[in-house]
Amino acid sequence: MSQVLQHSLPTGTRATRVIGATAILVMAWVVVSGLLLTPQDVVQGESVRIMYVHVPSAWIAYLAFIFTAVASASWLISKKHSMGFDRFAGASAEVGVMFMAITLVTGSLWGRLTWGEFWQWDPRLTTTAFLFVTYIGYLAVRRLEGSVEQRARRSAVVAMLAVLEIPLVHFSVVIWRSLHQGATVLNPSGDVKMDDLMLFTLFSGVVGFTLVFIWLVLHRQRTMLLVDIANNQGLDSAIVARRAEGSANK
Amino acid sequence: MKDAGFIFGSYIVTLGAILIFAVSTLRSAQKSSQSVTDEDKTWL
Repeated sequence: MSQVLQHSLPTGTRATRVIGATAILVMAWVVVSGLLLTPQDVVQGESVRIMYVHVPSAWIAYLAFIFTAVASASWLISKKHSMGFDRFAGASAEVGVMFMAITLVTGSLWGRLTWGEFWQWDPRLTTTAFLFVTYIGYLAVRRLEGSVEQRARRSAVVAMLAVLEIPLVHFSVVIWRSLHQGATVLNPSGDVKMDDLMLFTLFSGVVGFTLVFIWLVLHRQRTMLLVDIANNQGLDSAIVARRAEGSANK
Repeated sequence: MKDAGFIFGSYIVTLGAILIFAVSTLRSAQKSSQSVTDEDKTWL
């Protein structure tokens, strides 16, 4: 049984299986509660149900980009320059970009219901789109030609600059006049005006998305290690073949 | 439910994106792991 699992899920372990199963259960609860059990919002009506996936995906995208910056800084600072930091940074950014894309799409569906438009050049939406494009650029930098060390150094510098956009995105609704609503849960007064079940569902969403993030990053960084090893083996084989070809021609 | 298409659509987009990312990661892992020995799989 374990060999079959190991073959079909080569990057899986007992821990990832437990995390994955828990994530599925929590996400199932979020879907059921978000769509069927929670009440309508007094102002937003039924469209508030989109918040249970939109808000957690935005928070987890921020978290992923912060982890990318921390892992990148760790790679630059550490004397050994462990490639584990670089792979973690890359994996976290990839997952973060996916969650940011979810944030933008679900936000635009919510915007269509609330504002009557899929998109407005509002400060929060514009800075979020800019953040998304920046991290697409980060992923493009990771795919540039060069050694794994060059990849790690270039992308670490980009990650440490890109993360500076997150406070701008978060506080854009305070700094500028924005259509986007301000923070409901993380507001400075600490007074959360939400129904208990709505708040619990939102909190469950954050937990579920966090578990999904951990599961995906663990698998993704292990996959990156496998790809790096496979690429190195391919390079070694090519060098051996080229040398053999050179010797034969002498 | 009013506006059900937009609301269900947002859940489908969310779960679909996660599923596609997970499946593509696992497929990539399966493909790459064939040429890598278990000794290099440090998590095992």
